[in-house]
Amino acid sequence: MSTVASFQADSAEVVKAIVKALGDEPGALLPILHAVQNEFAYVPTEALPLIADGLNLSRAEVHGVFSFYHYFRSSPPGRHSIQICRAESCQAMGSRVLEAHAKQSLKIDFNQTTADGELTLLPVYCLGNCACSPSVRIGNDIYGNVDPEKFDALVSGLSTRRIEVK
Amino acid sequence: MTKIFIPRDTTSCALGADRVAQVIQRTIEENQLALQVIRNGSRGLYWLEPMIEVETEQGRIAYGPITMDEVDDFIAAECWIKNESHPLYLGLTEEIAFLKNQQRISFARVGIIEPTSVDDYCQQGGFVGLKNALAMKPAEIVSCVTRSGLRGRGGAAFPTGIKWQTVLDAVAEQKIIVCNADEGDSGTYSDRMLMESDPFSLIEGMVIAGIAVGATVGYIYLREEYPLAHEVLGKAIETANERGYLGSNIAGSDTGFTIELRLGAGAYICGEETAMLESLEGKRGEVRPKPPLPAVKGLFGQPTVINNVISLATVPVIFANGADAYESYGAGRSRGTLPFQLAGNIKYAGLVELAFGSTLRSLLVDFGGGTRSGRPMRAVQVGGPLGAYLPESQWDVPLDYEAFIEIDAMLGHGGVVAFDDTVDMSEQARFSMEFCSIESCGKCTPCRIGSVRAVEVIDKICSGDSPEQNLRLLTELCDTMVDASLCAMGGMTPFPVRSALQHFFEDFASSSEP
Repeated sequence: MSTVASFQADSAEVVKAIVKALGDEPGALLPILHAVQNEFAYVPTEALPLIADGLNLSRAEVHGVFSFYHYFRSSPPGRHSIQICRAESCQAMGSRVLEAHAKQSLKIDFNQTTADGELTLLPVYCLGNCACSPSVRIGNDIYGNVDPEKFDALVSGLSTRRIEVK
Repeated sequence: MTKIFIPRDTTSCALGADRVAQVIQRTIEENQLALQVIRNGSRGLYWLEPMIEVETEQGRIAYGPITMDEVDDFIAAECWIKNESHPLYLGLTEEIAFLKNQQRISFARVGIIEPTSVDDYCQQGGFVGLKNALAMKPAEIVSCVTRSGLRGRGGAAFPTGIKWQTVLDAVAEQKIIVCNADEGDSGTYSDRMLMESDPFSLIEGMVIAGIAVGATVGYIYLREEYPLAHEVLGKAIETANERGYLGSNIAGSDTGFTIELRLGAGAYICGEETAMLESLEGKRGEVRPKPPLPAVKGLFGQPTVINNVISLATVPVIFANGADAYESYGAGRSRGTLPFQLAGNIKYAGLVELAFGSTLRSLLVDFGGGTRSGRPMRAVQVGGPLGAYLPESQWDVPLDYEAFIEIDAMLGHGGVVAFDDTVDMSEQARFSMEFCSIESCGKCTPCRIGSVRAVEVIDKICSGDSPEQNLRLLTELCDTMVDASLCAMGGMTPFPVRSALQHFFEDFASSSEP
């Protein structure tokens, strides 16, 4: 896994500022991890001891919480994260086929990133979009009735958009 | 200025409502039309989304689905002037059978109002319940909730009034209201819809709960998978603060209440109430043993009311119309209504709020119209991933909590996922256990290890490896998980597995054939 967005000298200051801003709230660790991941697109390993120091917790405790939650990442994702719903409603409408198609066409498994660093494929268990299954989420956009053909169109739309950027 | 309503909830946007709204907005500006676009929530008639409504003297008329392919024609035909000959004209919205045949109480405003408009909310009866509650003593408020018969809509169906009474009776400096908005069950989306389409009803319900038990602090634990709900709810909380419905001196009284919105991080188990408390405290979402009950010792050790979104959002209408009015709906000990959510392979998917006592068949056939694929419907999972798969012989069981428990099933949060005859039920059973192994918090052994072993055993049965012996093993494993797990995750994952074995056993045998 590439670490393009490596932890820079000023990154530590960013993390410390987040901890300072949120650390006094009760149960601050999840909001802090969210804020760090919003900033870096993942939670850099180097951030964990800084969070631990700021909250007066052990590094083991912070690591234990961080690693419990599927959403928090320890490495940078691709430019786009594509989540495919694996839950029952989507299964009833062909998500198993969609899942296999996505893995095959992108040549990656779940939780992997394409070689060009463009796309990360992730499983998700329900997007609450079950009236038009199967569902896919890209960024904060959710799509319904996604069959393999529509999936390909969505993916090629992502790369087209990139070329169109002025 | 004619109002034109274009929905903005996750599913209508997933079907193109945002882009349609942009095109229409641009047309209005370019041609200086006397039209005002309102982004309402969704009515929940999802096969018709994006469903556009136009205000007329007779009421709102609807067209749908107006997708990007249809929007140019919609504009060319000037559909904002009643156009009965348009092929996608649906008539008066309220007269559409799918909607007309419901009893919308919790969802009375959903899809009608602009979600973050306090004025819209008040015009449709919002904050009437709060004003009535403010004139009552805490014990009277709790007793009103008890009399209404409201039970936890998250799935466990525990009587809400009894929970509130326990917290009211507890002595503590700080009591807390927690809203469980971690709607992780597949096939359920009523919490999402309500938060996206009528968020003030949840806020109002939480304030009333606070007044009832003496809590001044509330948390909403919302799942990360709901970005639009996060945005809408965040804005609604901000607006409620500005308009004096949150903060100190609520609605001019001397009562105060604040709400903090917290995000989950992709852990299904955090929908379990004690795991959610751990998560809110900044810990791993591991289940706590009970007792102590959260109502006695909950968030940060304080007495805590934990209620689901729909439970809390139903509280205002109970105080607006009275406990008896709510209690008059329902069947047996299941009082009031439940917003069912039709999902999976179903022709007319959407939200159906009904009084308890109807049947699954009515939901699937009268409302749902059969499968979307057009093939015969074979199995229906009710109540999320921990709910049983029901064959057609069980579709006439009345929709009430007790009747479902009697057949080893559960209504849960009201999610209904239909499958056609192409489903392989051994795959579904395997997935139930796989899901449990992925999402188990790991605290108790039956769930953590049992689910992993069950996947292996199901694989063996299906591949013809000593099937009889392994079947016995699977049955024992299910019993152990049911009897010895700490919470419903391990304790109920066997329900869909057992139901698949009991009603669809042929699928386990057939996959071993060459």
